[in-house]
Amino acid sequence: MEYLKIEKLRKTFGGVVAVDDVSFEVEQGTLLGIIGPNGSGKTTTVNLITGFLTPDSGKVLFKGRDIAGLRASKITNLGVGRTFQMVKPFYRLPAFKNLVVPLFSPRVKKMGGHFGEKDTLALDILEDIGFERDSAVPYKPASILPHGYLKRLEMARVIALQSELIVFDELYSGLTLAEVATISPMIEKLIEAGKTIIMVEHRLKELFKIAHNVMVLDQGKKIAEGTPKEIMKQPSVKKAYLGVEL
Amino acid sequence: MSIERRKERIDRPIKAVTDDIFCLSSIREIAYLVIPRMLPVLGLLLLAFFVPQYWRKVMVITFVMGMMALSWDFMASCGLTSLGQALFFALGAYSAGAMNHYFGLPIYLSIPLGTIIGAIISTACIYPTLGLRGIYFSVVTLIIPLMLMRIVETTGIFGGTEGITGLSPFPGIIVTMAVSMIALWLTFFGLRRLIDSDYGHIFVALKDNDRAVEASGLSIRWFKVQAIFIGSGVCCFSGAFMTHYYMSIGMSAFAIDLSIFPIAASVVGGMGTLAGPLLGAIILGPLSEALRAFGSYRVVIYAALLGTFIVTLPEGLFPYLARKYQQIERWVEAPGGISED
Repeated sequence: MEYLKIEKLRKTFGGVVAVDDVSFEVEQGTLLGIIGPNGSGKTTTVNLITGFLTPDSGKVLFKGRDIAGLRASKITNLGVGRTFQMVKPFYRLPAFKNLVVPLFSPRVKKMGGHFGEKDTLALDILEDIGFERDSAVPYKPASILPHGYLKRLEMARVIALQSELIVFDELYSGLTLAEVATISPMIEKLIEAGKTIIMVEHRLKELFKIAHNVMVLDQGKKIAEGTPKEIMKQPSVKKAYLGVEL
Repeated sequence: MSIERRKERIDRPIKAVTDDIFCLSSIREIAYLVIPRMLPVLGLLLLAFFVPQYWRKVMVITFVMGMMALSWDFMASCGLTSLGQALFFALGAYSAGAMNHYFGLPIYLSIPLGTIIGAIISTACIYPTLGLRGIYFSVVTLIIPLMLMRIVETTGIFGGTEGITGLSPFPGIIVTMAVSMIALWLTFFGLRRLIDSDYGHIFVALKDNDRAVEASGLSIRWFKVQAIFIGSGVCCFSGAFMTHYYMSIGMSAFAIDLSIFPIAASVVGGMGTLAGPLLGAIILGPLSEALRAFGSYRVVIYAALLGTFIVTLPEGLFPYLARKYQQIERWVEAPGGISED
């Protein structure tokens, strides 16, 4: 049984076919990168898998169960966590209190892995992800944190949720090279811990270093799939990105 | 060359460090924290003894309106900006009135039952609109009370345009004052405690970002239902209380004034602070009464004052006072001159 199997996923907005019968599979413990030019349906695909959009047709089989069309909170509780391309912190709360919200979820309760005060736990998770506890950063309101911290706060949420399938939607966008260099090892560590990851990304160089497989979307269709090395050689990929035959 | 001076703002050195542990070392520091909380409680209590009978009635109405304002501010903090607090008020009023009139329940049962039944019906009325956000939600909450008002008018249920009269009164003005004052403080400190608790952070998060709440594995619909139940429950109590205070219930319970007042009080006092709307209600309630002497100019003066308030202090009165209290302001010499930016 496949860990995650997407079958003929389709979504239209009015007359526009955003995702056009896309099928793919992800094996447990691997990292799949989804790339493609702007408007190729990457984020829509993510929204369909995580329940923020309902597909017109097609199946999302997660550990054999069709989760397409379920509520986003339900899918999250089944173990599929996601981050947002536009960072979405709770602005009025301090950074560490942002994590208290996911710690209330039924999933964390069911997993039973988290003991102790929610605050301490949230601070521990944030420390692991690079919020220095001695500096006052975790206690600052999310509204005044710099972009790099907010991206890490998004990551911290899926870690707090103990998600087993994690979907990162353009995690690297807006980050400096140095910040990417600190986040990439964290993602590799998540894979080592047995998590399965889907990454939608525009920063191909950084993605290809850690991805096991890469899928290319163009205008809602899957045009290529394979290891990073194979993808780089594909002429159709170059055409989709650059618009010319090379 | 004249020495330039600039205004410096420094936080007062007295601070309660964390949520639970207060690092206080002297009576002065304890007083610093306790006085702003005790002053309004004791002040209103003393005032109740010394004002004439007529102003006691004004105080009761102010307390009830204060609860309405608190309820509005709580719901607004959860991202549910309602334009129809009158709906909740009326449902509470009619529930309590019906309990008392048709089933003959005594006042000490009809008010609590009216509150709970009213809150359940209110939540049910709002439930279909929970998929909406922002202005769309607001507009629907504005429509529902107006619609129900016309239903009462045309079908003649619950006395129609005449309303129901002859409901049981409160035993006396002292009981009335005591009940309304205690209810107000319970609402205020209760809601504040809720918002500051970890569970309450979920409500705050609902406004900041409901998609992220959903991505945290929590159903936003369920938490919005809870927020509306709590918020409308407070208004339903106000309605149930006023029904028995006036000993009658009529269509005026749906009046739009009841929806507008909580918003005006919140804007004057400072939205999202709970203390602000309460302060706003305590100012606006008696102000409206005091202006009665001006006859038909009353509304004009009231509106002008309200406008002036909002333009001069857009953040609201409470955040302004809190800042003055918590910070030391002083003029200091700026040897390097004041930078222009």
